Amino acid sequence: MADALFDAVPATSKGTIRLVHLYPKEMSIYGDLGNTRCLQKRIEWHGYTAEVIRHAPGNPFPEAGHLFIGGGGQDSGQARVVADLERNADTLRSLAAAGTPMLMICGMYQLFGNAFVTVEGKALPGLGILDVTTQGGAKRMIGPVVLDTVVGKVVGYENHSGATTLAAGQEPFGRVVRGYGNNGEDGTEGARTGNVIGSYLHGPILPANPALADLLIGLAAARATGRPFEPETIADAVADEARNRQVRRLLGSAG
Amino acid sequence: MLRTTAAVIAGKAARAATRLRGGGGSAFPGLVAERVDPRLLAHALADVRDGIVVVTGTNGKTTTTRMLVALLRAHGKAVLTNPTGSNFTRGVISSMLKDLPLSGRARADFAVLELDEAHALRFTEVVTPTHALLLNIARDQLDRFAEIDHTARLLEKLAAQATAGVVLNIDDPYVARSRECVQPQVEVRYFGLHESTAHRLPEILETDVRFDEDYHPPQPGPGTGLLQPRDEREFDVLFQDGEDVGPVMLRQRGLAAMINATAATTTARMLLGDAFDPSTARSALAALQPPFGRGEVVDIHGQPLELVLVKNPAGFTVALSTYGSSPVATMIAINDEHADGRDISWLYDVSFESLRERGVSMTSGVRAYDMALRLSYDDVAVARIEPSLTTALDAFLAAHPDEPKRLFCTYTAMMALRRTLAARYDLPEFGEEGEDG
Ligand SMILES: [Zn+2]
Repeated sequence: MADALFDAVPATSKGTIRLVHLYPKEMSIYGDLGNTRCLQKRIEWHGYTAEVIRHAPGNPFPEAGHLFIGGGGQDSGQARVVADLERNADTLRSLAAAGTPMLMICGMYQLFGNAFVTVEGKALPGLGILDVTTQGGAKRMIGPVVLDTVVGKVVGYENHSGATTLAAGQEPFGRVVRGYGNNGEDGTEGARTGNVIGSYLHGPILPANPALADLLIGLAAARATGRPFEPETIADAVADEARNRQVRRLLGSAG
Repeated sequence: MLRTTAAVIAGKAARAATRLRGGGGSAFPGLVAERVDPRLLAHALADVRDGIVVVTGTNGKTTTTRMLVALLRAHGKAVLTNPTGSNFTRGVISSMLKDLPLSGRARADFAVLELDEAHALRFTEVVTPTHALLLNIARDQLDRFAEIDHTARLLEKLAAQATAGVVLNIDDPYVARSRECVQPQVEVRYFGLHESTAHRLPEILETDVRFDEDYHPPQPGPGTGLLQPRDEREFDVLFQDGEDVGPVMLRQRGLAAMINATAATTTARMLLGDAFDPSTARSALAALQPPFGRGEVVDIHGQPLELVLVKNPAGFTVALSTYGSSPVATMIAINDEHADGRDISWLYDVSFESLRERGVSMTSGVRAYDMALRLSYDDVAVARIEPSLTTALDAFLAAHPDEPKRLFCTYTAMMALRRTLAARYDLPEFGEEGEDG
């Protein structure tokens, strides 16, 4: 028992960051759980305490969360979470508006948009936190991706058939250097509004791109403690080498 | 008829030519033969008397197919199979060409064919199976099949095609639900874990497919084969409506191999009826060598090197739990070619904590750094990272000369490493095995 107590609250903790994984059972495929694992570890490596909340449909919504993440799912998984998202839409919108960092991958990225339009032309409304619309299609966009983003080159793997379009004025998460991105046409990938990021990148995205993980953690730490982020230096040589090798391989240059 | 004979001749000639060039296990001869007669496969299987059995599922197809073939042959049956694991119809033809008479009609009691989910349906467009054995559905090669839901629908379609019997995994909700699609006159039997072992289900199944509603397995009914392990290699298969089979001692370790044997035994019993003999089945399973890459053991200067093929979260998890009880020097080689699965995200759906105590000696392959990165998030120390497979293998063997070693690798990494090992240690040629796990 004593051990458990010490584990939960390390003597030197800079504060507790509540990390909420939305629908880990229904919406986490293609390794999306790796994002949660990565954030949890890095929060601890930075000297904070990580409290991970796995939110399931129907549970009380963890509105006191400091950092929200979500992943991709199958149609059956998506259908299971829509009612819960609808019920908590206002809470999520006000959390987003207040600057809460969120990372939504693939299916959850689509659900954070204005609507998903099915192949038959039926529009299923989304949360509208990101000003994007996704059109279901037959063309599947699959393959490795390299992006230019605010945190530099980002690598990952996309696998989606929905083609997403940004509304005028909506910022993308990144520019496609290699891959399809939102729709395979306009060179944009994902979307970013305030501290909410949507992206199609699995891989999972955070372990291979620790700068993005630390950006989210820094924002969450500030919200959790009321103080600026106090990061530790983390040895990311292996992650950097993994990413740089992917970039070189995919761009076919020494870049 | 003439066209079929011409196709057989062309195929046999192509087979002789590829063998001269040293290309074993190629689908090319089948392609040649199929070009001459597109209906060749249907003709070839027209005289197979007792059954055409399709074995499919995500994990364990190769092992289970070999077990089922061995069980039938041990009972004196002539069995056609596709040991090359080539999933296309032309691969099946290629593997049959050696023994195919010029009439193009194979003489056999059974055909037992391993097919992956997508190719199984293409196969059934040409040949109607009498029986189907559906093993499991896990996340695998998602860039090919896109979704588990989609794969489940493929299996349901296959189950609907069988004309005589279907054998289903009672513990896998996606597989078991295909019973609803089976034609009314077709017999359904199940295999699965005995309730005394039900707690080990997560080791061999994807557990997160069970959403909020609890899964209610179907009524087992007579003929159901249930696995009751004695240890990691010895087990019994219990049947309510007849004699149990056991104890069986396999040459492979682990729950996955044992559940495959249970599936094969249940199916063999259905196919053979009264001719099925439990003690014949026992000795057939005990004599079977593990297929390539499924726990194959290579002798390196008196020390065993185990080669373990990994290709999806369920498979890797099973492999780790099979071997986790005895930590040895470990190397992991990850490539991301098509046959490996191009998206390596799945490595994050595997827990590597069982490797923490001993650490990992080497990661290698195109994604060597990604594998080391993955291990770092489970606090597993990695002694060395070397993308070049040959360099890594040599260094790994040199670093652990006097102890047992284990090598986990994806498909193309396995092929390359096995080739190097064959050249260095005078191992038998390979290439007669498939890429399935
Ligand atoms: Zn996706």
